[in-house]
Formats: sequence, C-alpha cells, structure tokens
Amino acid sequence: MKIENTIEDLHQMLNNKEVTVEELVNESLSKSKLVQKECNAFVTIIENPIIKEVNSNLLSGIPYGIKDNYSTKGILSTGSSNTLKDYIPFYTATCIENLEKCGAIAINKTALDEFGMGGTGTTCHTGIVKNPWNKLHMCAGSSAGSAAAVAAGVYPFALGSDTGDSIRKPAAFCGIVGYKPTYGMISRYGLFPFASSLDHCGCLTRSVKDAAIVVDAMKGLDKNDQTSWDSSNIHLYNSIDGQVKGKKLFYIQNIVDLENYTNPSKELKEHINNFYKTLDLLKKDGVEVEGINIDKALLNAIPSVYVCLSCAEATSNMSNLTGIIFGPRGKGENVTDMMIDHRTQGFSPLIKRRFVIGSYILQKENQEKYFVNAQRVRRLIVDKMKELFKTYDGLIMPVSTGPAPLLDNPKDSVSVDDVSVLEEHLQIGNFGGFPSITIPNGFINDLPVGINITGNCYDDINVLNIAYHLESKMPYKGQIAPLKEDNHE
Amino acid sequence: MSKYKAVIGLEMHCEMQSNSKVFSSAENSYNDTPNANVRPLDMAFPGTLPTVNKECICKSLLMSLVLNCSQPEYMYFDRKNYYYPDLPKGYQITQMHAPVGVNGKITIDIDGREKEVLIHDIHLEEDSASLDHYRDISLIDYNRSGVPLLELVTEPCFYSAEEAVAFLEYMRRIYQYCGVSEADTKKGQIRCDVNVSIMDENASELGTKVEMKNINSFANVYDAINYEIKRQSELKDAGRYDEVEQETRRFDEESGTTIRMRSKVDAIDYKYFVEPNIPKYKITKEWLEEIKKDIPMLPRERKEKYIKEYNLSEYDANIIIKEKDYADYFEECVKIGINPKLAANYLIVQIIAYINKEGISIKDFYLKPEYLKQIIVEQDKGNISSKQAKEIFNKALDERKEPKNYISKDNAQISDKNLLEDIINTILDNNQTQIEAYHNGKTNLFDYFVGQVMKETKGKANPNMVKEILKEKLD
Repeated sequence: MKIENTIEDLHQMLNNKEVTVEELVNESLSKSKLVQKECNAFVTIIENPIIKEVNSNLLSGIPYGIKDNYSTKGILSTGSSNTLKDYIPFYTATCIENLEKCGAIAINKTALDEFGMGGTGTTCHTGIVKNPWNKLHMCAGSSAGSAAAVAAGVYPFALGSDTGDSIRKPAAFCGIVGYKPTYGMISRYGLFPFASSLDHCGCLTRSVKDAAIVVDAMKGLDKNDQTSWDSSNIHLYNSIDGQVKGKKLFYIQNIVDLENYTNPSKELKEHINNFYKTLDLLKKDGVEVEGINIDKALLNAIPSVYVCLSCAEATSNMSNLTGIIFGPRGKGENVTDMMIDHRTQGFSPLIKRRFVIGSYILQKENQEKYFVNAQRVRRLIVDKMKELFKTYDGLIMPVSTGPAPLLDNPKDSVSVDDVSVLEEHLQIGNFGGFPSITIPNGFINDLPVGINITGNCYDDINVLNIAYHLESKMPYKGQIAPLKEDNHE
Repeated sequence: MSKYKAVIGLEMHCEMQSNSKVFSSAENSYNDTPNANVRPLDMAFPGTLPTVNKECICKSLLMSLVLNCSQPEYMYFDRKNYYYPDLPKGYQITQMHAPVGVNGKITIDIDGREKEVLIHDIHLEEDSASLDHYRDISLIDYNRSGVPLLELVTEPCFYSAEEAVAFLEYMRRIYQYCGVSEADTKKGQIRCDVNVSIMDENASELGTKVEMKNINSFANVYDAINYEIKRQSELKDAGRYDEVEQETRRFDEESGTTIRMRSKVDAIDYKYFVEPNIPKYKITKEWLEEIKKDIPMLPRERKEKYIKEYNLSEYDANIIIKEKDYADYFEECVKIGINPKLAANYLIVQIIAYINKEGISIKDFYLKPEYLKQIIVEQDKGNISSKQAKEIFNKALDERKEPKNYISKDNAQISDKNLLEDIINTILDNNQTQIEAYHNGKTNLFDYFVGQVMKETKGKANPNMVKEILKEKLD
C-alpha cells in the first residue's frame, strides 16, 4: 500500500501525482479498520475526514492519528477513560491546530492507557491494544494505539504523549521511531494532563526525519501554555545532516552490565548484546562512546521519584473529572455523592491506586518525606545528567529489558524489582525535560527492540542527527509490521 | 461591654479589577447573564492551562508595596486542592509558599488616634464560581470563576469591632485609591473571614480562636464580632469556657447570631503544592521601582495635605478623602485655581448631597470642576451674590448648561460705587423722616435703608458695598 511510505516519500508521490490525497485517506481508513479489528488500537475512526489540498508543505494531504488524550473540537476525546466516554470538546489542542494548518489529515483517535497512566496498553476503556508484530504481546504504553497503528502502516505518523516513557517505550516494542522533544517545545494546551511537570507532547513515526518534520510542525510558542518557548529559529528537519564524527555519547555502565544482574533472562542477554553491537556501528563512524558508572542509589531512586511526583500531580490534575460539567453524570442524592459515583464508576483500579498514592504523598504530614524529597532527588538526577551533558552529546541506552512481554502476563508499572532501573530509566528524560528519541535496533524472538538517545535541553538537533545517522546504518527504517488478518471463525 | 479583652484577626478578600481574569482571557466584569464571561479554563475543560495575567501581578505587587510588605524573590503559585461544585478544577490556584507580600504594616486612624495594623501576608488567587440554590436544584454560574482575588491576612491585632471595621473601611479606600478594585461590598467584591478570641485583661496567652467565614458586609463584620465576644464572654462567665471550641462558624444575618459549621478537627488538608504550569518569575528591584511609581497619594497623606496646605478642618478633610472620587474632584478644583476652602464647601454642602440624593457617582456629576469655577470666580469677584451662585448652580445642573450662560449682565451684582451712591442719595433724599429717627437712636432703621436700596436695584446691589456707603452717609 502507498500509505506505508514515509512522509518524505509520500510528499514526493503526491507532487508527482503518483497518488492522490483521496487514495491515501481511503487506504488509511481501510487499514484503520483492519488494525482496529486485529489490534483494537482506536477509540474513534473519523469516517469522513476533510480532504485537503497538496501544497509545498511536507505534511499537506498526509493522514495521521491522534492519541485520544488530545482535545479535538467536535470529535470524541476520551483519554481512554469511562469518565470521559461521551466527551466531545469544543476546542482543539494547539499542536493539532498547527498540524491542521500544514494540511495534515486526522484519520483516527488512538487508544491509550487511561489518561496515559499506564505502560501496557491494557487499561484503555475500549479494551486491550495488541502488538501488530505478534498479537499475543503488548505494545507497551501509554501511546499503545498510536504505536500499533504507525507500526502497522495505517499512516506515517501519530501523536503520542510521554510522561515517563509513553512514546519511547511503545515505539521500541512496535519497531518504530518515538520522539519527545525538549519540554515546552510543543505546547501542552489541549493535552489532557497526567503530571504537568513531566508531560511532553511528541510523535511516533517510521523514520527519524519524519519525526523531525512532524515536530517542526507541532512546535512553537503558545500564549496558552506559559511553559512553551520560542523555537522559531530551530528547524529540525533542515538541520539533519548525518554528520556525527567526533560526537561523544555515554551509556550508564552499571545498568547495562550483565554482571550486575543476578539471573539475567535469555532475552535480557540478547538485548544487551544487541545494544553493544549497535554501539559498534557508531564507533566505526567516529563517534566516541563511553560507559559511565552513576551512583547506584541515585539510579535506584528513579522509579520511586517518578511514582511520587507523577501520582501526586495526577491526583490534582484529575480533580476536574467529577461528571458535573462534562463526562457522564454520577448518581446520588447530593452533589458529593454524584462526584463520588462518577469517579468510582469511571476510573479503573490502576488509576485509583495511583490517586491513593498521590493523595498520601501530598498529605501535610507526608509531603516533606515523600513529595519534597522526590523533588530533591529529581533535581540531583537532572543535575548529574546536565553535568555529563557538558562532556557528552548524549546518553545512549537500550529501551526496556527486551522485547514486548506477553499480554497475559502484564507487569504493573508501579512495582519494583531488580531490573526496574533498566525498565524505567527513560523517565530521566522527563525529569529533565530532555529531548529523547527511540529508534528500532533489531529483533529478539521476532519482536522488535529499540535503542534510545537522550540529549541536553534545547539540543534536539544533535539528538536527531545522531539518531538519523544510526538509523541509516541499520535496516529497520520504515519497517511495517506484517499484520495478518486472523481467521475469525 | 465585656470584661475580657477581645483579640481579632481579619482575612479580607477583595475582587480585583483587570482587563481579564487572572489565569484566563475571559472578561473580568460583572455580567447579569450567567456563564457569559467564560473561557475553557474557567470550567476546567481537560487540557486547559492557566496563563498569568500580568496586570494582576503588577497590581498585587503594588498592594504589597502599599502595605509595606516584603516581596518574594520569585513569583509563583500553589494549588489548594479540594472538591466543591463551585471549584471546577478541583483546586484553586493561590499563593501559599510565596505570597506576593509578607510581614507588612499600615497606619490607620481610629477616632482621631493612630493605630498600626500588622499584615501577615497578602496573596493573589482566583475566585470560585458562584452557586444559586433553589428548592430542588442548584445552579452554577462560572462568570466569577477565575476572577482575580487579593486576600489580605492581618495579625490578630484588633481589640474591638470598631477597630476591625475602621481597618476594613480604610483598606476599601486604599483599594479604590490605587485602582486595584472597585471594592464594592454591594457587588460582593469584598468578603471577610473574621477570627475572634477573648482573654483576661492581663493574660499572656491568647484564648481559643473561633473563625467566622464569608461575611459580606462591614456591618455584618461588626455585628458578628460583637455577638461572638458576647457569646464567648457569657460562656467564660458561666465557667464553661471549655465549650468555646476552635471551630468555623458562619454569621446568620437574620438572627444576628453565629452558627457552627465545623470543628477545626475536621479541617481539610488542602495538599498544597507548587502549580507546575506557571513558571517561576523573577521579581526584580527595577520592576518594583517601576510599580512604585504607580502608587498614588493615599488617603491619610491627602488628608494631611488638605489640613496643612489648604487649611481645611479635619472634619472637612475626612469627608473629602472618604471616597477617592471626592478627593480627585476636590484636587482638580484646586489645581484649576479655585480657592480650596470654597471648593471644599461646595463639595461637602452641595455636591455630595446632590449626588447622594440622585444616587449617582461624582464622575457622572454634570458640573465638572471647570464649570464650578465659572460660578465661584464670579462669586469671589462679588459679581454675584451667594444666593445667586446657588441659583445658578441649581439651574446649570437642571438644564445641563454651562453656568456662564446664567451669569449675564442682568443678574450681575451692582458693584459700581458711583452708581450705588447715586441710588442711595436719591433714597436718602426721599426719606428725611427716617434719617431723623435713625439719628435719634432707632438704629435698626439701617436695615430699612438697605432694604430700600435692594428694592430699587431689584436685589442686584452688592450688599456689602451698600452697607459701607450707607454707614458713611448716615454716621
């Protein structure tokens, strides 16, 4: 199918009249239906999208998907939660408006772990999202639907959001590119908040340059988001030249040293070995790569700091979900009972658990011990990274401990065990607001795995450039999951 | 009066006037149509974000300076988390960790004596929506949701209802003088929380503090404090002071009593934390200097000036500074050259009476200072009598025409000495008998002669000159 090409190629095809916008939209819609049937990736398929004209903009006439935690005017926007199962917003998120202005065409709204608060793609109110490479496996989350759809070739890009690793981990598990730029480069106005100080907008694509094109379009100073900043002098796509000679990268030695794991699984061993092989590709082209040991205590604190801060902010951010103004009205004799009913019925147990943790952490008597200390450790981690970024152009790490786990054995992301730091280290990128990109770097058990590059704030071009070079040294750019229709009898 | 010493602290919430709401671009103005001044943030639609209104920041810093507070190094906000139907986000954005002003003080006048009021802090926050309760339903109006509020918290430094209300009155004036708020209690723009405790005259420790929430007029503040002092004193007298609990009560206007709402034990944990969507903003010295320039002359300073420079009585000065609009009108009069005492007289005797009767603001008063000047100048020159001046004042006001239209030659006073002498000579010639009687001791006939002159001139003769000339001729 033509729709399975990258944005760059599709733009050229549209200009050369090898394909029309209508054809692309129709292909995207029919593929949406297949992916919906096989992977359950969508909350809404937009049946009659407005066809736009092709112009010089790379995104004109290009179909795309929107994670369902973005506000889209006139289109159901649920956050994959029963608390908003009937909510149709009357305003559109800034970054989507920016894409619409470029002429991109939204095809569907993709499923996510409820409000982004999960890492499995199994807690959407519409059900479990399955990995198009192997439907017995998860996509990871929370941008599960977006990752599945882009991997299956529904369109060349979809929007994601990333509070811990919600773009970058599903990208790895689905064999695609996932990029979240520096905090504030893309306005968050219209993104349903999970944890405001950690939330990032971003995209999932099948090539690094496509990710640059999409973020170029999404980004920009927004009067509705005071944490956004003016990046008008930054042109990501045009700045990628693939020159990496003399660049310096580091990896966190003690996390990727198999010696440090008591009983490493076969998959973990393969994953780590594959990681080192990928590093060799860079070294061969003149990139210096060094292992750095970081204080284990600091590393071990990462998952706990994340749980503390994200749950605390989430419990406050989601206090507007009462069913009074929007969302289904709860039942009850008085307004308090109505709110309680709405929230009791609406939220999944996983979210409720996080709210309880968040409330506990914010309680007056616990704040100093948990919340304020978590903020302090966050600062220590960020300072350590910034210090290293003085010497190095970026941090390069394997994503997760291997490929996507089986769906019938999902791991609750709040739990902690000895591989938890390797599993959760991408959260560093959210602590510091660092630009961070995942690209595919191979397969284990016929399932894709990924590698991540994270750089200093505002250094997005550098990060993309290294990722682009590495992508060109491997055969995974543009790969499509060979999704087969099950024989449903 | 109670034999105990009462200790009172105040929290004064004042709605700020501004171009838009404090964190959204919705209009900040009173609107009869419910839910008309609403942007997505004001109803907390998912994904909306607060953006700080700079005007509100400047005005709150200005108030912080006026109250001699110290300002924080960085401006930032906190979330106060609680569920209530009038609070759409489920939290209020306020300032807990770094209020815009702390540790301030301001001097006020109470019955001719000065009192220094200690300010704990002043902070900027957003108002909630308003609720209307009916028999079976309640309605929410989000017009007020997100309206900027300044909350001023005093130390417990008042010892009577009079002191507390004098402070509130003075602060209301300050807000108006500084253009920070209309501070109109009738529009619900000021609401107060009051806490009251009593103690033995020489005790060193404060008694149990009782808080009364959401009192919406100064008269009610006054009544609530006095009721509470009485209630607590009676319990103490009866040896039942342990029944005075640290609790929150509300003032019931109808019965004039306070009613228990909840105990302090049930106090809500608001789980304050820093609002992550608003970046910290550095408050520089230069910025504060800039804002300082916008502080107008405040009522106490103006009063001092009126008394010292313009020789007004304290009584008159107090009336004029009561409203900023009065003071501005008065100062405009002085500025364009009207004698301050005459201007004050006009303002106090006629203008304030008139606008009160008509129920209008002095801003809508037709006779602007320059029109008033037209009358006063003629009166000062002796061209018109005070009686005439009053008539012209009323006529100009009635017919909405400049006073100079009524100051014609027709009604001009006759102040020409030669002309008056001629008239007086004729009258004296025709009244020889009366002159004789006058010289024989009937001195009250002097008024008869004056009357004759006035009759002859149809009341236009300058009475002072007439008297002078007559005295000369008769004595």
